[in-house]
Amino acid sequence: MGDFLHMGGYAFYVWTSYLVVLALLLWHFLAPLNRVRSLLRTISLQSDGKDAKNTGGQV
Amino acid sequence: MSSNNTAPAPTGRRWVWFHRFGSPAWIYGFSTRWAPVCGWIAVVLFAAGLYLGLVVAPPDYQMGDSYRIIYIHVPSAWLSMSSYAAMAVAAGVGLVWHLKVADLVARSIAPLGAMFTFCALFTGSLWGKPTWGTYWVWDARLTSELVLLFLFIGYMALSAAIEDRRTAARASAILALVGVINLPIIHFSVEWWNTLHQGSTVTQLGRPTMDTRMLVPLLVMFLAFNFYFAGAVFNRLRGELLHHERRTRWVQELAHG
Repeated sequence: MGDFLHMGGYAFYVWTSYLVVLALLLWHFLAPLNRVRSLLRTISLQSDGKDAKNTGGQV
Repeated sequence: MSSNNTAPAPTGRRWVWFHRFGSPAWIYGFSTRWAPVCGWIAVVLFAAGLYLGLVVAPPDYQMGDSYRIIYIHVPSAWLSMSSYAAMAVAAGVGLVWHLKVADLVARSIAPLGAMFTFCALFTGSLWGKPTWGTYWVWDARLTSELVLLFLFIGYMALSAAIEDRRTAARASAILALVGVINLPIIHFSVEWWNTLHQGSTVTQLGRPTMDTRMLVPLLVMFLAFNFYFAGAVFNRLRGELLHHERRTRWVQELAHG
C-alpha cells in the first residue's frame, strides 16, 4: 500500500492529476441535477395561480 | 409528454422520428431516462480502468510511474476534441435548420468540453514537469490545445452575453464552426512542427508500441470518459430545456406534477 501511494516518487504529480480530474468530473455531473431540481421548484412556485401559456410543441 | 404531440404527424416513419427528435419534451424524457444509465456504466468502467491503470499495469521503463497520468490525460485530450466537434455539429444543425434542441445541445456540451480541455492541459502540465523538466512550454501541441480552451470559453461567453436566444445561438454557432479549423491543427501539430510533445502511441495500427497491460486500461478509460460525457450532456440538457421552455405547457405540467 505504501509503495502504491508512493508511485515510485511521482506521488505528487500522479495523485494531484487524478484527484483534480475526478473531482471535476463528479462536480460537472452532479451540479446540473441541482439546477434541474431548483428550476422545477422555481417554475412551480412562479406559475401558481397563473394560466400557463401553451406554446408546447415549439421546435 | 403527450401534450406535445398535438400537431398532426406527417406521413412516413422518418418524419415521425424527426418530429419527436425535435420535440423538447421528448428529448427531456429521453435525457432523464438515459443520464443515470450512462453515469452508472461510466462508474463501473472508471473503477475497472483505475484499477487496471494504477495497480495492474507495470511501470514504464523510462518514465517510471509518472506515465500513469496517461490514463486521464489522453482520454481528456481526445474528449476535448471530439466534444468540440460534437458541439460544432449541433450548433451547425441549429444554425441551418433553426432547431432549438440542437442549440441547447451545443450549449450543454460547451462547459464539459472546456472542462476536458482544462483537464488535458492540467494533467499534461503535471506530467511535463517530471518528464520534460517544465510545467509549460509554448509548443505547437500545447498552444493549440490552449486555443481550444479559449474557443470553448469564447463560445460560452458569447452565447451568455447576447440576450435574445436566437441571435445568441446564431453568433456562437458561427464562432464554433470557424473554430473547427483548430482541430486538425491540434491533431497534426506533432507532425507539422518540431515539438516536445510525443506523437500518437495508440493509433499506429499494426505497429503496437504499447504493452497490452498498459493499452487495455487506456481503452477502458476512454470508454468510461465517453459514457460519462453522454450522461453529463443529458444532465445539462435537462436544465437548458427546462430553462428555455419554462413557459410551455409540458414544463408547467412537469413542475406541478
